[in-house]
Amino acid sequence: MEKAVIAAGGLSVGYGKRVVVNGLDFEVCPGEILTIIGPNGAGKTTVLKSISAQLPAISGSISIKNNDVGRMSLNDISKTLAVCFTGRISPERMTCEDIVSAGRYPYTGRLGLLSPDDRRIVSEAMELTGISPLRDTDINCISDGQRQTVMLARAIAQQPEVLILDEPSSFLDINNKLRLLSLLRGLAETRNIAVVQTLHELDLAQRFSDKILCIKDNKADRVGTPEEIFSGDYISQLYGITYGTFHSLFGTAEAQKVNGEPQVFVIGGGGSGIPVYRRLQRQGIPFAAGVIHENDIEYPIARSLAAELISEKAFEPISDEKIAYARGIMRKCREVICCTEKFGTMNMGNRVLLEEYRGKGSV
Amino acid sequence: MKKNRAIRWTLGMTVLIILTAVFFLLEIAGGTADLSLGEVLRALTDDEATAAHIIVMNIRLPRAIAAALLGGALAVSGFLLQTFFNNPIAGPYVLGISSGAKLTVALAMMFTMRQHILLRSGELVGAAFAGSLLSMGLILLLSGRVKNMSQLIIAGVMIGYICSAATELAVTFADDANIVNLHNWSMGSFSGISMDKIPVIAVTIALAVTAAFLLSKPMGAYQLGESYAMNLGVDIKLLKLAIIILSSILSACVTAFAGPVSFVGVAVPHLVKSIFGTAKPLIVIPASFVGGAAFCLACDLIARTLFAPVELSISTITAVFGAPIVVAAMLSRHTKKRGA
Repeated sequence: MEKAVIAAGGLSVGYGKRVVVNGLDFEVCPGEILTIIGPNGAGKTTVLKSISAQLPAISGSISIKNNDVGRMSLNDISKTLAVCFTGRISPERMTCEDIVSAGRYPYTGRLGLLSPDDRRIVSEAMELTGISPLRDTDINCISDGQRQTVMLARAIAQQPEVLILDEPSSFLDINNKLRLLSLLRGLAETRNIAVVQTLHELDLAQRFSDKILCIKDNKADRVGTPEEIFSGDYISQLYGITYGTFHSLFGTAEAQKVNGEPQVFVIGGGGSGIPVYRRLQRQGIPFAAGVIHENDIEYPIARSLAAELISEKAFEPISDEKIAYARGIMRKCREVICCTEKFGTMNMGNRVLLEEYRGKGSV
Repeated sequence: MKKNRAIRWTLGMTVLIILTAVFFLLEIAGGTADLSLGEVLRALTDDEATAAHIIVMNIRLPRAIAAALLGGALAVSGFLLQTFFNNPIAGPYVLGISSGAKLTVALAMMFTMRQHILLRSGELVGAAFAGSLLSMGLILLLSGRVKNMSQLIIAGVMIGYICSAATELAVTFADDANIVNLHNWSMGSFSGISMDKIPVIAVTIALAVTAAFLLSKPMGAYQLGESYAMNLGVDIKLLKLAIIILSSILSACVTAFAGPVSFVGVAVPHLVKSIFGTAKPLIVIPASFVGGAAFCLACDLIARTLFAPVELSISTITAVFGAPIVVAAMLSRHTKKRGA
């Protein structure tokens, strides 16, 4: 393992004497991406401000390459660490290139004139982030997403060893989110940059982080790999999810279940039922779903949305017992929707149910 | 684009310098006693005590130099304040800083005149500086509380009114003999600046403007906002202090000698930013200085010659030309926001 480029030990951060987050212990090595997640107002941004030396720590230590941040000169910090915040900047008459050029500040002379080398680095940063076409456009005349990308290019032009980003993807569309995070991954790999970021998109945090730091109730709750963090119902606990459910494996969320006596019985399987479940939820109709195998792709979603779920153990044919139970519920429903046309050995039970019902009425 | 920009900047700067030179010569030549350019040149070079020589050397030359230097100082002071507050309509006059200086200078003058002491230039600047800082302090206190730029400007205008009212009050109770002098000065005028005051003006302004120019780099970073400037290694507190002190010195120097001169501090930097297409301090500070010089020379020329021999106060003219530009600056910001 390489030596950590940025490390926090017993760190408490906050404003004045008011502690916002305490108990922070983590380190980030070159080439690693650390993502901070946690509910709104948990103090993620405050942590970023402190580790980027913009806010003095209340207690504990922050070190960059084994130097205490408090003892480093402003210029040394600026050559090691670049930031991107969410705040919207509105400078007068500055082109995007002017903004990116500002990243060269720590390297230029008294008057801040750019050398040919500086210019090359600026244009590389713009090329890399795909904003070269905006070179001469005024920063006030571009979209929020483009602005966010310009700020990232500025940070890259600063040639840092640590990149600190506050919700870098918040204004971007899905393709640009993926592009941004792939770009960060690329920077981490090729330039050995350590990335510390906050993200609200849990699915992306799960897929693009090496480590995840979770903040909850004024303290660092857990630090671990995405696999460790996205397991069980930890994420639901972290965010106190009550208005729906979160599926750790996919990193997706479902809306709140409609409870009550099932009115519709859905026979699904293999993912075919998912659109129907969601539609019924939207229309506020309580429904039963079955019989779904526990290893079926739609099992977690059915579990989140169905008022009643009849399930069978993984890789087992549907037992008579479950069929009988399902039959009981189906009788009380005013409608049956069958979403699947494929019946094999494992879900033969569902065919039995369907045919029984067909004998009596319409599907 | 790189090249276009460089050409635009060089061209703009050249035009401004030529304009300043032209207005400078016209300022010396024009007036109640019209002089030809030849006469002006002869008066400048000859030592002979002709009428022309006396008019030029004792009255018009110091006046022209003062108008140029003080105009430049006002424009740079305005630009510093605009950068500080990230507000294109901030300026020493609009924020009440000139009026604060006016108040303390008036008080100092009256107090010392009663004792039959005439204040020296340096002391005047000192008094004006104290007043500038006082207004600036008030504005800074308020700026922490007000949420948007217009409120800040309104607060500044109010401070200006309060200071002006206090000045009026003081002038009312001044000795009769002093009233005329004080009144002229408190309206704003480049007249009555004699050659012996020029060195103080020149040295103060040269130092302050050079210092401001040397702060171009951190100021450029500061335009991105405090957190980014900090991340780039700018010592924010030091920079802010420097900007406050420099802009106060510059506007204090103007007020001490010419009284309050309106709108130059907003209008000139705005024009310069539009013409040069940038807000880079490295470009805008020198260009504003030259632009301010040209603007004030032209305005003073008009003030002197329009209804000659009656002379208008300089603020009358700068307001006529400056105020619409201030409104334009305000509107341009609005439309840009909407377009974004």
